[in-house]
Amino acid sequence: MSMEWPLFILAAALAVYAGAVLLAVSLPRPALGAVYPLCILAALAACAADIWVLAGQGAFQATLPLGLPTVGLRFRLDSLSAFFGLIVNLGIATSSLYGTGIGRAELSKRIEPFYPAFCAAMNLVLLADDAFGFLFFWELMSLSSWALVVSNHEDEENRKAAYVYLIMAAMGTTALLFAFGGMASPAGAAGGLAGQAGGYAFDAIRDHKLTPLVSGLVLVAALFGTGSKAGLMPLHAWLPLAHPAAPSHVSALMSGVMTKVAIYGIIRIVFDLLGTPAWWWSLPFIILGAATAVGGLLYAVQDRDLKRVLAYSTIENIGIVFAGLGLAIAFKATGIVNAAAVAMAAALLHSLNHSWFKSLLFLGAGAVLHATGRRDMESLGGLIHHMPQTAFYWLVGALSISALPPLNGFVSEWLLFQAVLAGPGFPEPILRFLSPVVAAMLALAAGLAAACFVRAFGTVFLGRPRSTEAAEAHEVPAVQRAAMGILAVLCILGGLFGGFSAWAIGPLLKTLAGTELAGLANGPTRLSLIAFTQGRSIYDAPTIALFVALSAIATMLVVHFISNRGTRRSPAWDCGFPDASPATQYSASSFSQPLRRVYRGIVLGSVEVLEMPPPGDLRPGRFAVRYRDHAWRNLYRRPAVALLFLAGRFNAFQFLTIRRYLVLMFSTLIALLIIMAVWM
Amino acid sequence: MTLALDVAPVMVAYDVAHFLAGMMLVASFMLLYQDRIFAVLNTFAAQAMLLALAVAWQGYVHHHPDLFITAAMAFGLKGIVIPLALNRMVVRLGIHRDVDQAVNVASSMFLGLGLTSLALLLVLKVTPGASSFTREGLALALAVILLGFLMMITRRNAVTQIVGFMSIENGLILAATGARGMPLVVEVSVAFSVLIALFVFAVFVFRIRERFDSVEIEYLDRVRGDRRVQGDGR
Repeated sequence: MSMEWPLFILAAALAVYAGAVLLAVSLPRPALGAVYPLCILAALAACAADIWVLAGQGAFQATLPLGLPTVGLRFRLDSLSAFFGLIVNLGIATSSLYGTGIGRAELSKRIEPFYPAFCAAMNLVLLADDAFGFLFFWELMSLSSWALVVSNHEDEENRKAAYVYLIMAAMGTTALLFAFGGMASPAGAAGGLAGQAGGYAFDAIRDHKLTPLVSGLVLVAALFGTGSKAGLMPLHAWLPLAHPAAPSHVSALMSGVMTKVAIYGIIRIVFDLLGTPAWWWSLPFIILGAATAVGGLLYAVQDRDLKRVLAYSTIENIGIVFAGLGLAIAFKATGIVNAAAVAMAAALLHSLNHSWFKSLLFLGAGAVLHATGRRDMESLGGLIHHMPQTAFYWLVGALSISALPPLNGFVSEWLLFQAVLAGPGFPEPILRFLSPVVAAMLALAAGLAAACFVRAFGTVFLGRPRSTEAAEAHEVPAVQRAAMGILAVLCILGGLFGGFSAWAIGPLLKTLAGTELAGLANGPTRLSLIAFTQGRSIYDAPTIALFVALSAIATMLVVHFISNRGTRRSPAWDCGFPDASPATQYSASSFSQPLRRVYRGIVLGSVEVLEMPPPGDLRPGRFAVRYRDHAWRNLYRRPAVALLFLAGRFNAFQFLTIRRYLVLMFSTLIALLIIMAVWM
Repeated sequence: MTLALDVAPVMVAYDVAHFLAGMMLVASFMLLYQDRIFAVLNTFAAQAMLLALAVAWQGYVHHHPDLFITAAMAFGLKGIVIPLALNRMVVRLGIHRDVDQAVNVASSMFLGLGLTSLALLLVLKVTPGASSFTREGLALALAVILLGFLMMITRRNAVTQIVGFMSIENGLILAATGARGMPLVVEVSVAFSVLIALFVFAVFVFRIRERFDSVEIEYLDRVRGDRRVQGDGR
């Protein structure tokens, strides 16, 4: 009985979440803030349980007499669930800490009751051990987050975002339903929902042997279901609408954490339930992942809305994780297990790291939004003077997400590049050909990420304010700064202790990829990260950090004491700075113009319109930029229009005569009979 | 199924069963052909009595005494009670005595021929394992069902639609008794459901009559705002 206590702790944490929901429903509005301390408590307890499981490597099971008859509601806490549970609950803890700083006027019955429900649902998805429970909690997660997206429903944009999100969530869940149905069907059956009731428990699904066709179909359905939740292109179009529409601490959860639950789903299905992988499974992961990484950032570089930039950047990071997963599948299927472990470690650690820096960046964007009331970067600027702490933490997050050493983003991206560089070892010519292409695309994505966050940080925090709100901004409450600070510290520690984290997930790598990172054991220190062998691939974060710090200090000293002696007088030409208008600065749109011009045609579909008033007219010339998401137009807009058109056509069938209805039925019957007569 | 007969009587049983089923199919074609309501009702009664004979013959040949109950029900309810009830309804309501046809007689006869050949083709093709005794019986029954359906959609009059529906049900019972023999419970429940359907139809017809002084179902359509029906097939 004593062995079961991680499950008891998690059950208690879930009970606290449930209690928070009840409390939020019953409390009067000004007291709703009590939800957040409860969520912090539950999340920390759940973190402890998850760490216990990760350290002890046991798996705990429990079955409740609910759910499907003969299956029950099964829960299982193994190292994979625990790893993602850690991501989820750390994110919840910091977002809730940020939430405690929310002013009384902003508390609402539309937000606080759904927040703990959302937290609990994400935990439950990770724990579910049968298809019914998984889908139920998945849908609970979708619906509670939908309620949070639509919380600010007065805004037309938010309503549209919530509507699109609801449709995508429903389609994703339907796809997952088919995926599980295909996996639960008896051996050799051609997919469908033919499985006997007991077949829906994950244990039974693991025992099923599927034909290649069925497992391929299951893979497509699973990729659609989880990819639409995670933001895999071209299913991503809801994400930059919905994530920014929610309150900022919820955006942090949705972008930083909920996308990781989707990644958990695909890992659980592909690496655990679906059986031995075939090498071609990796192709959609690698191709879509690399395309998502580049595409997400191209949009991120263009957008002016700070939160939407972050949402697009989430899409990019999901692409990186999917590419890592695809490489892990390919290496595992072709028997190169040590490279599979490296790719898997890259995907897992990037999920963890991204949850930290993306939460940090979203909380920072929330702080900016709270301080200025604006999300458009073209009306921000100079905030580093009024919000120095927020600016510093945001800078740490921006450096991490740009994968600069010695921060945590570098660790996982470095591992990913190590895996890609092992690509020439593939026995399959397609994979050998694909790996340098993927390497190039990921490198491009890394460069674009840096450009994107230089642009975001420079426009929002540096320069001069572009609006009075930005000029009069004030720092956010201490707890909110503390939440950001904790995440910033985590980003730094995650970078310094990358070797330790890779070692800590060793047992998990062993179950997923077949082996742990073998080189770790004989490195010079515990902190050095070794992908393959010490001579070939080693990253020693403390050394790099020391070098970066020393060279930075040296450069600073040189600049300060040698080059800047004495007062200098400048000529009158001064880059326009004495000009009072902040419009003379580099703006977000002007920064991204070169990239926009390069990728204008195919990728972005952007249009630049220059509107010059005729001579004699005193109006200023205007330069407008519009860009469209191709995926939005081709995969969302056009099917929607086609559907409406067809629905309009079929409307006539609602007003037929009785006899005509009978004719319809009869002709259908006759058609079916003729088909039978011809083909049987 | 155990046949307690010698080879020659089997042939007789086979011939008589097919003769009766074939007569039912002929009755179905007659139903399609008639353009007077009373003639339709009489033909329907004849078809129901043929059904009763066919079922009774099956019961006799296969020693299934419960089929005699089915036969009695078919004879009593469908052969006598329902035609009489419909007859009274037509008289009391003063309905037009001729049947308004959406498709002319020649075309509907050709359609019926096509459906019959489809039924034969299909049943003979999908049941190669079964004995020819049941296969051909099943084919004829399916033809009767399809013709009943055809009657429902080629006539505009509510009463003839009821008859078409009942004729479908005749075909169903023929198929069931010919193949394996329906359990009595199923048979009773089908009979009751048909009775209830008749009841509903009857109430419906009375309501139409009260409103529009006619049982042409087109009047209903007109009320529903369907304008296209005006020039429909006339």
